[in-house]
Amino acid sequence: MTMATAPSDARVRAPARWQDFIQLLKPRVMSLVVFTGLTGLVASGKSINPILAAVAILCVAVGAGASGALNMWYDADIDRLMRRTRGRPVPAGRVQGSDAAGLGVVLSLFSVMLMGMALNWLAAGLLAFTIVFYAVVYTMWLKRSTAQNIVIGGLAGALPPVIGWAAATGDAPLNAWLLCAIIFMWTPPHFWALSLYTTEDYARAGVPMMPVVKGAASTRRQILIYTALVAPLGVVPAFTGLGGMAYLAVSTVGGLVFLLLAFRLYRSQAGESPDPRMDDGLYDVRTGAKDARNLFAFSILYVTLLFATLLVEHLAGLPVLNLLNRELFK
Amino acid sequence: MSDPSRETEAEHKARRGRNIALALGLFLFVALIFVVTIVRLRANVAQPF
Repeated sequence: MTMATAPSDARVRAPARWQDFIQLLKPRVMSLVVFTGLTGLVASGKSINPILAAVAILCVAVGAGASGALNMWYDADIDRLMRRTRGRPVPAGRVQGSDAAGLGVVLSLFSVMLMGMALNWLAAGLLAFTIVFYAVVYTMWLKRSTAQNIVIGGLAGALPPVIGWAAATGDAPLNAWLLCAIIFMWTPPHFWALSLYTTEDYARAGVPMMPVVKGAASTRRQILIYTALVAPLGVVPAFTGLGGMAYLAVSTVGGLVFLLLAFRLYRSQAGESPDPRMDDGLYDVRTGAKDARNLFAFSILYVTLLFATLLVEHLAGLPVLNLLNRELFK
Repeated sequence: MSDPSRETEAEHKARRGRNIALALGLFLFVALIFVVTIVRLRANVAQPF
């Protein structure tokens, strides 16, 4: 890799440390996809060699990291304009864009090839599709062109359970796609709640996030609609032979709380005023945006609880419920 | 590429850190491919068809 101190690039200020390259991989996003991918792998019910299972999860993590690096390379111009992202390695000048792109391409090829050779080519194909969808379809196209960017782009973040399932079984049945659908429907309320209190950031960067394009009231209404869809959808695995009693309880209570918070947000004034933050702290918001912050925080807890419960139930071998025709979803 | 002889202390330290990380990454890559090969080989020997 080229030195980040090349005098020809005026934006480059500090030498790149190895930690900057780790930051390019978006470790927090990576941890979420590792978690959901692992849940898909375990929930499939197929026992595979633990080393190969670890390799499959590693491939999902590295593939997600590669997508993150490609995203940070392409989005450096708008990341530089937003408070939330201007400290990232490329806009901050610690890593050259070409290095970020190179890292993204190399890790993409590594993760897909290893997944194909070590597990199977269905999982590798799904992983390749996910990387391309996030880096090209979402980052290069949807993000800057439509207010539906995170709705459609959310598919990339929703696919890891299917990849995990496919890695274990070589198949992708309806139950795997059900987990994908839950994350897909969860993504809009999650991101739009965040964007309600970072509206000014997105407007400054020219990113057509929903509150910027349609306004805060429309965004709050759409958050409520998506939450009303994801709350019952989250309970469905208890009816398809995927979740047990604990999952039924957690998804029901969690869904009701999610709905309550979305309704409170709908009735609030969140996002109406200019960016309420007075400093660089992402979570330092004034009271007006508190409902948006609460929903954003709970959305993370909600999806974590759903997948953690599924994971624990399957690892502990707890019985699943048989409320519908399970064969249809296997 | 900057001239290593004109590096500052911070640049030298950062370069050293990157090189060690890269070496470690390459070693882990080789070890990973070796382990996966052995695991797949054993599975295929146990179940050849």
